[in-house]
This record gives sequence, structure tokens and C-alpha cells, in this order.
Amino acid sequence: MLILDRVSKTYPNGVHALGGVSLDVKLGEIVAVIGGSGCGKSTLLRAIGGLDAPSEGAILLDGEQILAPHEKIGIIFQEPRLLPWLKVADNVGFGLGDRPKAERAARVADALKRVGLADKAAVWPRELSGGQAQRVAIARALVPRPQVLLLDEPFSALDAFTRADLQDHLLDLWADAKPTLILVTHDVDEAIVLADRVMVMCPRPGRTFDEIGVDLPRPRDRQSAAFDFVKRCVLAALDRSLNRAVTGAQDEPKVEAGAALWW
Amino acid sequence: MFLGAMTAVAQGTTDEGRPTQERAAGNRWSKLTRPALGLLLPVTLAVIWEIVVRMGWASGRLAPPPTVIFATFVELVRTGDLQRNTLVTLARVAAGFGIGVAVATMLGAAAGYSPLVRRLLDPSLQALRAIPSIAWVPLFILWLGIFEASKITLIAVGVFFPVYLGLMGAIQSVDRKLVEVGRAFRLSDIEMVRRILLPAVLPAYMISLRSGLGLGWMFVVAAELMGASEGLGYLLIDGQQLGKPAEIVAAIVAFAIVGKVTDWLIVLAAAPFLRWEDVVRSE
Repeated sequence: MLILDRVSKTYPNGVHALGGVSLDVKLGEIVAVIGGSGCGKSTLLRAIGGLDAPSEGAILLDGEQILAPHEKIGIIFQEPRLLPWLKVADNVGFGLGDRPKAERAARVADALKRVGLADKAAVWPRELSGGQAQRVAIARALVPRPQVLLLDEPFSALDAFTRADLQDHLLDLWADAKPTLILVTHDVDEAIVLADRVMVMCPRPGRTFDEIGVDLPRPRDRQSAAFDFVKRCVLAALDRSLNRAVTGAQDEPKVEAGAALWW
Repeated sequence: MFLGAMTAVAQGTTDEGRPTQERAAGNRWSKLTRPALGLLLPVTLAVIWEIVVRMGWASGRLAPPPTVIFATFVELVRTGDLQRNTLVTLARVAAGFGIGVAVATMLGAAAGYSPLVRRLLDPSLQALRAIPSIAWVPLFILWLGIFEASKITLIAVGVFFPVYLGLMGAIQSVDRKLVEVGRAFRLSDIEMVRRILLPAVLPAYMISLRSGLGLGWMFVVAAELMGASEGLGYLLIDGQQLGKPAEIVAAIVAFAIVGKVTDWLIVLAAAPFLRWEDVVRSE
């Protein structure tokens, strides 16, 4: 169980990035965090990852307060951030430095097979495509078997086809050990394909605006009416989060216009 | 020089994954022809000069033809003069390079890692750097005498600055995002240095070592020209005072050879750690 208790963050330069975000995430739940730029979603993720401590409030994982990076919490960044001087296999095994060599090798080989890159183990990161590199980054984050996996716009730098492919792949990997996933994204489709719950944030300071449950069976059909319905709800919430004056106006043309504006 | 060495390293790594035999053959061909092309100009000039002197169009007394230089070179090797003087010079460069690199690495690492040290140290060192290092010579001679100590100090000073600046800059420009990966995986400070900073800094550090060594060779000449009883620089002076230009050129050739060989040794020593850098270039 991951609990965020009124998490606030004010940067030394006075920017009030987060204004008291509270969130309870059950083990194995997938939460997508979505919102316009500057709404503090990355700040929130970095706080959960222990990379930037919150100024106020607390983050608790199974009752333990997170103040620094924690072994049960893994993170995947927007860029693969592979270490260019390590071969792919060594990059995947980066977080297993303290384990015996044989165990490390076995787990790395297993993870690489799981992401479909077993043949790339002895290759330098530079020789990978963008999608392959991000898959290696996913393997690297999953290999220490985190209980919570944080993803900061992990697929935003990839083309649409690779992105959809990797989204399915991520769900597949998630099904192995069912860790908690917290995914920051600006892609509404991605949020709805992956998440059990979409948290819409609004800016200045960043806080929770709305939460939308996505109660659709997996695998989710991006073309289905139910998917479309949830998408409209999320888009409407996003629209309202950015134009706070027009609350309540939820007729359809308005939503479509807002969606276009938001993009 | 640096680019040439890089392609040499790159060529060393192309042994795996060549798709066709044909391409390998083409590669071997260009491997032979490319250096040969570079030799064309100097060899032609040397041959022309040889002919000019042989035909009596020029005396060649002050600019000896290649055969005379070669004969002098062989004679110097036969008497053992060249080896002895080369070893003396090499020992000076080695000592100066060692001291310069050691001090520069410590200070450069400290200044790159800690902003406080950088603010304390860097302005003074930058001010010192503005002084042409040869200007220190009279002072070094007053302080340290005219023998080895002042020479080695001068070389060490020459080596120091490129290495210090290179290492400090490299540490400061380490990708913050990779450091964050290290943090996310909870590396200790020592592990962070060993697993992230050191490999990230190594390519730039190697370049700075090579330019440091280049300056070391430059400064050993300066030091030996200003008074030495042995060393390659002494051969230069000796050749000038006794009017033996062939000896001067032979010493210059010896400088070129040892300079290139020592530079190549650094490249060779670093190559296994930098192979990841050349992946793209070797394609």
C-alpha cells in the first residue's frame, strides 16, 4: 500500500509545484497521472521515487516513510538513460550489484528474454533503436522486482506504433508480478489503456482535480464505445482543470473543442 | 592526430559483424591505401631534395638530404648516443608527466566534484595558466638549480593545465540524468564514482592526458635547450654548435618517433575502456 498524505513541494526558487496531493494506491493497482504542463505530475513522481523530498506531507510505503530512493520502488524515465559504457546485459543488471554473479546473470537473461531482447545482451546501448532502448530500461527497472514502479512519460519520445506496442508489452510484464504502477503521461489514450484509475491534476499549485475510474476489462479495445466514453470523461475533466471558470458545461461539442485546445 | 588515432581504434573493432566478404576486402584495401596516400607528399619532397643535392644544384650543407640524415641516424644509433639521450629525455618526460598528471588529477577531480573547492582554487589556477609556462624557467632555475629538478618541474607545469582543465570540465559535464539513475539505484558515494562518474569522465580524461603528454614533449625540448649535458634536446644544441644539421634533424626524428609512440601507448591502454564510444563510428 502506497499512501501520499498531503504532499507539497515548494522549490527553493519559490515555485509552488505541489499543493497537498493525497492518494492511496493499493498493491498491484495501476494509476495514471495526467494533466497539463506545469501541474506538478513529474514532481509528484520524483517525490514518490525519493529523488526530491517533499517540502510538506509524507509518502508512506507499507508504513515506511520515503525520503530517499527505496529498493522497493523502481523508476523509468522519459529517456531510457542507459549507461553507454555498459553492454545491454550489464545495464539490465545494474541494480543487482550486490547479488551473486550467477543469480544476477540468470535474472538478467530472464528479464531480457521477457522484453524480447535476448539476442541483444552483448550489444552496446548505442546500437539499439529508441523502442529497444526503452525496453531495456523497463527490464532494468523490473529486474530488482520492485513493489512500486514509477513511469515518467515513458513512451512519449516514441512513434505511435512503437508506443502502442510497448503499452501492451508493459501490461504483459506487469501481469508477471503485479507491482503497483504509477504512470505520468500526457497521452489520454495511454492512460486509459493502462490504468485502473486516472488522476487528473491541475496546475499552480499542482493538485488533484478529479479521479476517474477505468473499469474496463483487459485487454482494452481502443476502438470500443466504452473506451471512448471514458476518454471523453477524462478529456472533459482535463478541460475543466485548465479552464476553471467553465465548470459544469459538459455538452459534447464543448468537450471536443476543449480536447483540441488541450493538445 | 587525435582523429587518426580514433579511426585506428575504430578499425580495430570492426572485426565482428561484417556482412560480406567483399566489404571486408574493400576495407583491407583502403586500410593499406589510406596511410600510403598521406606518405606521398613527404616522400616525393624528400626524393626531389635528394636528387637536387646529388645533381649538385644545391650543396645540402645546411639542409642535408635524406640519405645523409639516415646515415647520421644510423651512426648515432651505432654509437649508442641516440638511445642514451633518448632514454634521458624519456625519463624526464615520464617524471614530469607523472607528477603533473598526479597533481592535476587530484585538483581537477576536487574542483570538478566540489563547487567550494572550485571557487577557492580555480581562479588562482586560471590566473597562473595565463602565464606562458616557459616564463617560469628563470625562477625554477633559481629555486631548484639547473639540473633535473627544474626541468621536471617545468614539464610537470606544462602537463598540469590541460589535464586539470580537462578533468574538471569532464566531471562538471557528466550527464545529470545518468547520475540520477545512480541515485535511483541507491549507489553509495564510492559506487557512484566508480560506476557512473569514472566511466563517464574517462573519454575526456584520456584526451586531456594526450594533450598533456604533447605539452610535456614540447616542454622537455624547452628545458633541454636551456642547458643540458645529455638528452635529445642536448643533441639539438650540439648539432647547432658544431654545425651538424643532420644531427639536429636526426634528433627531431627521434622526438617525433618517441612522441608518437608514447601517445599511441596511451591510446592503446585506454582502448579497452573506451570501446563503447566507437560503436557508431565503426559502422
